[in-house]
Amino acid sequence: MSANATAITLSQVDEQRARADARADAVFRLVVRGAGLFVLAALAGVALTTLWGGSEALSTFGFGFLTSTEWDTVGHKFGALAPIYGTLVTAAIALIIAVPVSFGIAMYLTELAPAWLRTPVSAAIELLAGIPSIIYGMWGLFVFVPIMGRNIIPWLNEHVGDIWIIGPLFRGPPLGLGMLTAGIVLAIMVIPFISSVMREVFLTVPTRLKESAYALGSTTLEVVWDVVLPYTRTAVIGGIFLGLGRALGETMAVTFVLGNVHRLSLSLLEPGNSIAATIANEFAEADSEIFRSSLIALAFLLFVVTFIVLAAAKLMLMQLAKRQGTT
Amino acid sequence: MLTCIRHTLTALAIGATLFASNAFAVDITGAGSTFVQPIITKWSATYAEKAGSHINYGGGGSGAGIAQIKAATVDFGASDKPLTTEELSAAGLGQFPIVIGGVVPVVNVEGIKAGDLKLTGALLGDIYLGKVKKWNDPAIASANAGAKLPDLAIQVVSRSDGSGTTFNFTNYLSKVNADWKSKVGEGTSVQWPAGVGGKGNAGVAAYVQQINGAIGYVELAYALQNKMAFTKMENAAGKTVSPNLASFAAAASHADWKSAKDFNLVMTNAPGDESWPITATAFALVYKTPKDAAKSKELLSFFKWAYTEGGKQAEALDYVPLPKELATQIESYWKAEIKL
Repeated sequence: MSANATAITLSQVDEQRARADARADAVFRLVVRGAGLFVLAALAGVALTTLWGGSEALSTFGFGFLTSTEWDTVGHKFGALAPIYGTLVTAAIALIIAVPVSFGIAMYLTELAPAWLRTPVSAAIELLAGIPSIIYGMWGLFVFVPIMGRNIIPWLNEHVGDIWIIGPLFRGPPLGLGMLTAGIVLAIMVIPFISSVMREVFLTVPTRLKESAYALGSTTLEVVWDVVLPYTRTAVIGGIFLGLGRALGETMAVTFVLGNVHRLSLSLLEPGNSIAATIANEFAEADSEIFRSSLIALAFLLFVVTFIVLAAAKLMLMQLAKRQGTT
Repeated sequence: MLTCIRHTLTALAIGATLFASNAFAVDITGAGSTFVQPIITKWSATYAEKAGSHINYGGGGSGAGIAQIKAATVDFGASDKPLTTEELSAAGLGQFPIVIGGVVPVVNVEGIKAGDLKLTGALLGDIYLGKVKKWNDPAIASANAGAKLPDLAIQVVSRSDGSGTTFNFTNYLSKVNADWKSKVGEGTSVQWPAGVGGKGNAGVAAYVQQINGAIGYVELAYALQNKMAFTKMENAAGKTVSPNLASFAAAASHADWKSAKDFNLVMTNAPGDESWPITATAFALVYKTPKDAAKSKELLSFFKWAYTEGGKQAEALDYVPLPKELATQIESYWKAEIKL
């Protein structure tokens, strides 16, 4: 009898627990779904509010807003081409420099560096990632700009400026400021992000895969290139796009070293402008509706540009995966 | 629980006594021009010690100041650019100048020290238009007989952010250079035909110091603090003047305030032999029929105090207090226009 009673209570307890579990699970699912949907809602909110705020500029200037370099705050004529161009060019320079360097850092730390060095260098990278961007900007302006102006730009003018096709990119006044300088400062800022992601994912490659390759007589480069990279490709590209996203949206550091002028120039040594820098510089004193609207429209365009770049990356990744499947 | 209540009661009692002893002290908020932010902050600290009232000034830029006073989210706004009488009456606002300052051209050319170089307004305009490209250009050389000017490209530096400094500078160039007026115009930010843009006075100062052959424009305080090579200017009377508090004061007293309705006057290119041509002020904006008369009264007594007693502090920060006649004119403007 007592055994029977215990069994009943036990099953009741079980049932209660099961019900409580189900309830907790439902709540948990709701909370997690809420968190997931929050991202979408925030995204849609940003897109819609910037589109709404910029609608006056977009409807006034139409498609010309994208193709005009005019930025006449007195005559109220605005075009976004110069900042869009500056944003893309500086981010591209940043990635061209940052990706190989980050790859080298990550490869060295995971494959070659002695064990005692790995932790301090990894910690240093993470510290670099935590430095506020205005510090990079000030370093850029007070330390790097004079070096660019006095040493690097004259050298580039003399040695690279006459080369066929790429020459015009490297001909310009020795200001020290400009798109190349901004790109280099951005590269230094995104290297910690890209390299720490790369390092993390390189560590996930199973040792037996690498050791098998070594056993077959591969060199370190071959192991990294043919085993580690294919294994981690998706995550590596993800890391690169994390860095790209940061480079596209960076504001303070770029404002310090870019020169902030609405002019389109082929030379990377000329000053330019970026979307984020334009907004940061001019929003406070945007004294007419159309001026303010143009700045918000710029914010919307930055959103669109980032979206296009990320979508292109996704497509490229899918293409790669498909090719991988056929071979 | 009981102790908790007792604590609350004590706190309330203390609060009540504090409130009673400060019955006339009010908190006043303002926003706008960053040009006057350092001096208003300084004045308000001293005034709070003396009168107990706190003037909280938020800066944020002239555009923000005008928008906020129109929305009545602040008790006063400050703008570098005066509003017209129509704009003022449409919003029910009154306007008066706060303090005088000046904008000075600064250069970075080897061998040129502060005060070595002299520029005219037309020449400065041509430089900023990109028409005069080299430091040894005949136009600069003829204005500076005997000066050793290098064969060096001029790098023009402007403000990338909208600012009252830019407004006064471009307003001056529009008055003295017809080409500038038709091609660029005046505003808190304009479409610069040449050069690079630095953020804030500090940004312009840093760019000029970093770039060989650069010319920029900053408020006097920044030129002095950074020991930069400022230039002399030829003023409206054709005389050469140096930028200093005396030449700013001369411009302020020679400017034709008497016939400026609602003080709608930009003082650049002022007459007078000693006047610095790029002298500037910022304008306070207040409601003519304020909702809270006590606050407005206190605000005006703050400004009155600043006009009479705040001169030393203004000069310490490289501003110039308003001339006496102007301060008197402002007080009669208050009496006539602002209903308290």
